This record gives sequence, C-alpha cells and structure tokens, in this order.
Amino acid sequence: MLEQYLGLFVRAIFIENMALTFFLGMCTFIAISKKISTAIGLGVAVVVVLGITVPANNLIYTYFLKEGAMTWISADFASVDLSFLTFLAYIGVIAAMVQILEMFLDRFVPALYNALGVFLPLITVNCAILAGSLFMEERDYNFGESVVFGLGAGVGWALAITALAGVREKLKYSDVPEGLRGLGVTFICVGLLSLCFMSFGGIDI
Amino acid sequence: MGLRSILDSIEPHFEKGGKLEALYPAYEAIDTALYTPDTVTAGASHIRDGLNLKRIMITVWAVAFIPALAGAWSVGYHANVAMAEVGLTEINDWRDFFIGGLTSYDPTSIWDCVIHGLAYFIPLYVTVFMAGIIFEIWFASKRGHEVNEGYFVTSILFTLTLPAGTPLWMAAVGIIFGVVIGKEVFGGTGKNFLNPALTGRAFLYFAYPAQMSGDAVWVAVDGYTMATPLGDAAAGIESSVSWMSAFLGNLPGSFGETSVLAILLAGAILLMTRIASWRVMLGILVGTTVTTLLFNAISSDNPMFAMPFYWHFVLGGFAFGTVFMATDPVSAAMTDRGRLYYGILIGVMCALIRVVNPAFPEGMMLAILFGNLFAPLIDHFVEQANIKRRLARV
Repeated sequence: MLEQYLGLFVRAIFIENMALTFFLGMCTFIAISKKISTAIGLGVAVVVVLGITVPANNLIYTYFLKEGAMTWISADFASVDLSFLTFLAYIGVIAAMVQILEMFLDRFVPALYNALGVFLPLITVNCAILAGSLFMEERDYNFGESVVFGLGAGVGWALAITALAGVREKLKYSDVPEGLRGLGVTFICVGLLSLCFMSFGGIDI
Repeated sequence: MGLRSILDSIEPHFEKGGKLEALYPAYEAIDTALYTPDTVTAGASHIRDGLNLKRIMITVWAVAFIPALAGAWSVGYHANVAMAEVGLTEINDWRDFFIGGLTSYDPTSIWDCVIHGLAYFIPLYVTVFMAGIIFEIWFASKRGHEVNEGYFVTSILFTLTLPAGTPLWMAAVGIIFGVVIGKEVFGGTGKNFLNPALTGRAFLYFAYPAQMSGDAVWVAVDGYTMATPLGDAAAGIESSVSWMSAFLGNLPGSFGETSVLAILLAGAILLMTRIASWRVMLGILVGTTVTTLLFNAISSDNPMFAMPFYWHFVLGGFAFGTVFMATDPVSAAMTDRGRLYYGILIGVMCALIRVVNPAFPEGMMLAILFGNLFAPLIDHFVEQANIKRRLARV
C-alpha cells in the first residue's frame, strides 16, 4: 500500500513530469521562470492547488458525475450519467479552489500572498492543473491515489520550473544570437531539460 | 622561414578589410593553437599562475589520449578475438588498407590490437573534429567571437564516448548537435549550461538507439554481438569479466571508458594540475557508494540491486564521466560547496538510473546531464546560504 503510493509519487514527479514529459502548463512555465525566487513561489502554489483540486475533483467525479455514481442518494439514479459535465465541473472547482486559497492566504498568510501576487489567479488557467484532474479520471485513481498523484504532479512541475529558472538565471551571462533571444532560447532550454529528464523514461514502478 | 613568419605574412588577408575577413576566426584559432598569444593583462592583476583557458583545455585534451590509447587496445583486442572466433582473417573494409599494411590481426600482440583500434579511432576522431570545427568557425565568423581550445576537449571527449563501430556520419551529426544546440546558441564556450559533448552523445543515444546501445555495437566486427558487463548485469547474467580486467580495461565498451587505470592516471594529472575539481569527483564517489550500499541493503529480484559499489566504479562510463565529463568547469557548479553537492547529486542519480531503470543499463551520461541541469540552482542556494550566514555576523 505505502509502497504503491511511493511509486506513484515518484512517477508523478520524475517519470511523468507534467512540464517536461507532457509539456503541460507551458505558458506559465515559460513566463514565470525568469527568477528563481518567483519560480519557487509559483511552484509552491501549483503544489497546493494540484494537491487540493485533484482529490476534490476525484470526490465529485466518484460521487456525482460518473455513470451510476449517485446511487448513494437514491437507487433511482443508477442510470444517470453526468460525465459530459466533467470539464465544466473540474474547471469550476479549480477556479473556486484558487479563489478560496487566494482569500485564505490574503487573510491569514499575507506574506506568501504578496509574494505570489498575480501568479495565484493565473494558476486557474494553467493547463497542468486541469490535466491533473483529467489524468485522475482517465487512470481511475481512487481518493488516496489522487491525493498522492496531485501532490506528486505539483512537486514535479515545481521542480521543473525551478530548474528552468536556475538555468535562465545562468543564461543572463550568455550571448544568445539575436533572433533567438528571449522565448526562442528558452524553448531550446526546455527541450534540453526534457532531454535530461528522459533518463527517467522507462522506469517501471 | 619559420611557421611564425608564414602566419604573420598571411595575417593581413584575414584582418578587417582583407579579402578573407570572414575566415578570421579560423586563422585566429590556428595561430593561437600553435603559438601563445602575446596579449597580456594591462594594469594590476592578481595572477598566481599562468593557468589560462588555453593551458587548461590543452592539458585536458592531451591527457584524454591516455584512455584513448587504452581504449584503442581494448577495441582492437576484442575485434581481433572476435575475428579469430568467427574465422575471419581480414576485414573487407577500407580500414583493411591501413591495418593490413601495418600489421596483422593477431589478438595476442599488443601492437596489432592498438593499430586495429586506432583504425577505428582515428577516422572517427578526424570526422568528429572536422564536422564540429566547421560549425564552430561558421558561428564564430558570423557572431564575431573567437574559436578557442575548448573545442579540442569537446571533440575528443565526444569521440571517446562513442562505440567503436559508430557510423561516421552519425558521429558527425552528434557533434554538430552538441556544438550548435549545446553550446553555440548560448554564445560559445563558457556560456552554455550543459556539457556540449554529452549533449551530442545523449542526442545520438535517443535518436539512434540501435547504433548506440544493445549488444551488437560494442565489438567492431559486423554481426558479432557481445554485451557490456553492465548490460549483462542488468539482464541478470553472470559476467565473465573479472574485476581486475574491468579495472585494467579488458572489456567491451566505448573508446574512452574501458580502462579505469588509464582514466585514473589521466585524473591524477588533472588533479595535480588543479584543472579538475576534486570536490566534484569526491562527491560522485560518495553519492554512488552511499546509494549503492542502500540498494544492497534492500533485497529485490532485480539483480542490479546487489551489485557492490566497487563494481559500479569500474564498469561503464562511471570513471570516464567522473574524471572528464562531470568536472567540466563550465557546466558544473561554480561554488566550492556547490561542487560537492553537485557531485553527490550525480553520484546518486547514476546509481539510481543504473539500478532502478531497466531501460538504461548505463546511467552516467544522463546523471551528469541531470547534474548540469541543477548546477545553477545548487549555486543559487549555496550563495543564498552564504549571504544569510554573513548577514547574521553583521
């Protein structure tokens, strides 16, 4: 049991890294990776949001949306299939969660709130977050697994963006050809990062 | 009339306004490779040793020939043994022209084996060198920077990581990828974040897995298969190679990685001249040892779990990567403490990939790339810790 969770966690961080294996969440990944400190802040926010929304969506999916999920209310609902609502429900939950998190941080942890600034609401439209919930549905994770998967995927994404930020800070001293400056060379960096993460491809846990 | 005066007499053609202005980097590269430039630091400086980029790079390049020669013997020896086994007396190949003229195919003669190995090494190295230098000079002339001796190191290290039978065009593709994507798009030597030789090697590894891994590539005789001891160990087969012969270099593998003894010799020179960082090497050894001991303690049906650390040290690219690749001053961590952590990260990753990942029996290359990736981050945290400690003292 514990071993299975550990395996899932490691797989979500390294082998199926959201950013470098699936190339998800690219817009924020590229835009917010100029400085290590902000990258870490955003990474933490993503870990928190993924860690909350994936299990929350898991509950909604298992108890409301899946075919026959609502039999716990009444046996009459056995044939009801609301899975066409999944996208709507997931993105709604994500937006609500981010909003609640934002208000919570604003009220109780103002320091972190100020550090994250606009990145927190930006997470709502980060495709890595929605992908977390969709992977959860596709792979049929139960509640425990979705907690572990959500946290693992978040940590993996955070690790990737921090590494990219480190590389980009180092590249400040580079002399990149004019046509490649900015986004161009960043994409090359992400490709090389992904090449390095291929060392994990093929591990079967 | 010496070489110097010839160079001086053609120099005006390459200078600004000359006919061959675009080729100035090529001229400059040849000139400074042959002669020490006479430009000196103006004003006060604090130099305790004339250890400049040129001397660093040329030293690494020169000592890389020690494992290269040992590797040539190993490649030739295994090829000759394989030929004797299959019953071949000559190879139907353009290489036969050189080997046949100089020697025969006798596996017991060291001379024959070295020549046979060199018949693979020299064409490969020349191809790699030429292919890469063209792009170096091209970029240098367009971007207006200089070609420097770093490329000597990149080219020889890249060649040494290749299996003997690598097709020449493939080697050229690999080094071009390494030079252009790994280094030149960032502005040339000193400005890249991954080791260019390893970037090219990793590109080849993932692009042409059939020619870069598996059992058929290690012995330079067509159709003859022989697994590396690491491949054997991952498959759970008892390898016939003893520890001592793995240490001395009598095992199939890429050119540079076979003889740990030769690599240690080269490493000792690099350490004595203070070119390579002992912290990185120590970190790698510690990281691999600790991780391997941990794996040894876990019982598993994966045979790699039980492999002791002293075997990890002599097999595959571990020694070569530790001495030549991980210590690359550009892509390693810059701070002293950071170098130690960087080494440990590589060591841990190497053991981890070798043991846990069945897809890659050889973990060193990917572990070093992974370390390169996190080196700037390690530096950042070491710097932050330093700042914090000093602030506390104020």
